[in-house]
Amino acid sequence: MPPIMDTIVKPRDFASASVNQALRPEDKIRFLREMLRIRRFEQAANKHYTAGKMGGFLHLYIGQESVAVGTCSLMGPNDHVITAYRDHGHALAVGMSMNECMAELFGKATGCSKGKGGSMHFFAPDKNYWGGHGIVGGQTPLGLGLAYGLKYKGLTGAVMCFMGDGAVNQGCFYESLNLASLWDLPVIYIIENNQYSMGTSLERSSAFRTCLAERAEGFAIDWSQVNGEDLYEIRAQTQVAIDRAHRQSRPTVLEIDTYRHYGHSVADANAKVYRSPDEIERYKENHDPLRLWKAQLVTENILTEEKYEQLETEVAREVEDSVRFAEDSPFPAESAITEDVYFEVDRQTTAGRTGRHFFND
Amino acid sequence: MPEIIYREALRQALDEEIARDPNVVLLGEEVAEYNGAYKVTQGLWKKWGDKRVVDTPISEAAFIGMGVGASMLGLRPVIELMFWSFCSVAYDQIINNAGCVRYMSGGLINCPIVIRGPANGGTNVGATHSHTPENWLANVPGLKVVCPATAYDAKGLMKTAIRDNDPVMFMENTLLYGEKWEVPEEEYLIPMGVADVKKEGKHISLIAHGRAVLTALKAAELLAAEHDIDAEVLDLRSIRPLDEEAIYRSVRKTHRAVLIEENKPFCGVDAQVASMIQEHCFDDLDAPVLRISTLDAPAIYSPKLEARQLPRPTDIVAKVLSIC
Repeated sequence: MPPIMDTIVKPRDFASASVNQALRPEDKIRFLREMLRIRRFEQAANKHYTAGKMGGFLHLYIGQESVAVGTCSLMGPNDHVITAYRDHGHALAVGMSMNECMAELFGKATGCSKGKGGSMHFFAPDKNYWGGHGIVGGQTPLGLGLAYGLKYKGLTGAVMCFMGDGAVNQGCFYESLNLASLWDLPVIYIIENNQYSMGTSLERSSAFRTCLAERAEGFAIDWSQVNGEDLYEIRAQTQVAIDRAHRQSRPTVLEIDTYRHYGHSVADANAKVYRSPDEIERYKENHDPLRLWKAQLVTENILTEEKYEQLETEVAREVEDSVRFAEDSPFPAESAITEDVYFEVDRQTTAGRTGRHFFND
Repeated sequence: MPEIIYREALRQALDEEIARDPNVVLLGEEVAEYNGAYKVTQGLWKKWGDKRVVDTPISEAAFIGMGVGASMLGLRPVIELMFWSFCSVAYDQIINNAGCVRYMSGGLINCPIVIRGPANGGTNVGATHSHTPENWLANVPGLKVVCPATAYDAKGLMKTAIRDNDPVMFMENTLLYGEKWEVPEEEYLIPMGVADVKKEGKHISLIAHGRAVLTALKAAELLAAEHDIDAEVLDLRSIRPLDEEAIYRSVRKTHRAVLIEENKPFCGVDAQVASMIQEHCFDDLDAPVLRISTLDAPAIYSPKLEARQLPRPTDIVAKVLSIC
């Protein structure tokens, strides 16, 4: 199969979309920095995971950075994000600090979820970021609910609910599409199609005519397929969906085609079995959104090699600091195990002090 | 004090809480225009309109998950399951999302939802519609579970559940919806985690929840009339949180206990209660703690036999006589 991006028709010049025309050079540099932060953060995470500093799984987002950075760059005060377990990119893109994210990976008390969630469960409600969810497709009704909440409260906002291509075959996604359309809810389902649901390729897992997003047609939901290697296109097409949510309170399904450079998780022993090393190299060489954006900015005379090196140095320092912060942070106290289970117990309200909530001894 | 039926008590609680808090919204299959499959929400849509009382498609995973998501933004959805048995198709949303989101976010999020509906056998609707999942759900730290047995308890606990800031699984009973109890006209709340002595007694403790409480009360009458045994009936009301002190108090008084539930026996609620009694009241016991549960098979359809499958007063009497 040729890389999926090569098969997408590219008729339009998305750089000229008004949402991109409005960008200042420093905005464009910021996007590069954000993508670089995600990549270098995860490379460090990978290194320390492999060295045994972390437990569980580590699902790397590397190769897909343009999706989180492009979409989240459009968020206004009432726009929200929720995603699946490959969640580091979105977390950093909405403004979470590397420190709290790295510390969470290390299982430390200073982590964003106090070391209780791990890699798949980053949260920052203060930044309209609602996780970080481990069950494939399980977050799709939650995204619907956030949109329901916005509409109920009379707020003009949108919810970007991210999911992988593997999640499109889960039933609750279709139930959510039905309700989103039936009730005019401002939710945008963003399928990050990296073409593999774990080790099973798109063509072995999903039935479709032209693309996955087309399935929205049956629910009378507008949809679009997006070339995920192009930050301008991501922003332009996502803005259309956000406008639809804000102005018409209507849902959208966006399929953003992308590619992960690493395996399903770092523990994916078959990462180079179910897809050929040639394929991976081809994507890295020709479709890496970070390289392409960097080249774009050089072409636009916004970026010099010197400036890029400076970005690399700054990001490397931030990553190093976050690793040091995580290493130096304490593990949660044993007493933390039964904290954050019940709101009423945590607050020691009358309800929280009435009856037995925990059942050891 | 006026007598009202169980479903009316629930309806009043929902009505009062909708009036009290603009963030309370009722959702579920047929709850609005149809007035509820079991008429618990009778008249509420007409009174409160489309925003507060919302009909959903048959789509439990989506509307329960949606309620969880909306609650993260501060809404207080009260979601009806036409039967609690249908929670199985929304299990991921209940267990992983409602149950775990607070923990996994390190306490940044809470989820003030109520999921309510009937959870009982005994109506000859077959195994798929007759589950009693209070033990399944009470097994999940993060969820709360209540099983009111009377109209009075149902109203007071429902109002508390809606105001609670954690997810509450509220289990009703279709066989009780039409039963009458005294319910005061003035507002009252019943806290979760507080059991209720439904009948004082001194010879044995009959500990139960849900409809099994009424079965135990009938057994207590038989025991008094035919065997001169004065049984105490303790209604747990709330499964998690659980009023352990009330259990110990009763057992320490009577020195004997029979536990009754319409749950299945394996890892039923009463398995937990029995374990706690032997641990905390070992020296107070004059006999082994015995249990009566629903007979251990999927709910049978045959009307004559399903009545046999659930605990009966005579089953309780027989168990009590074996240790008194």
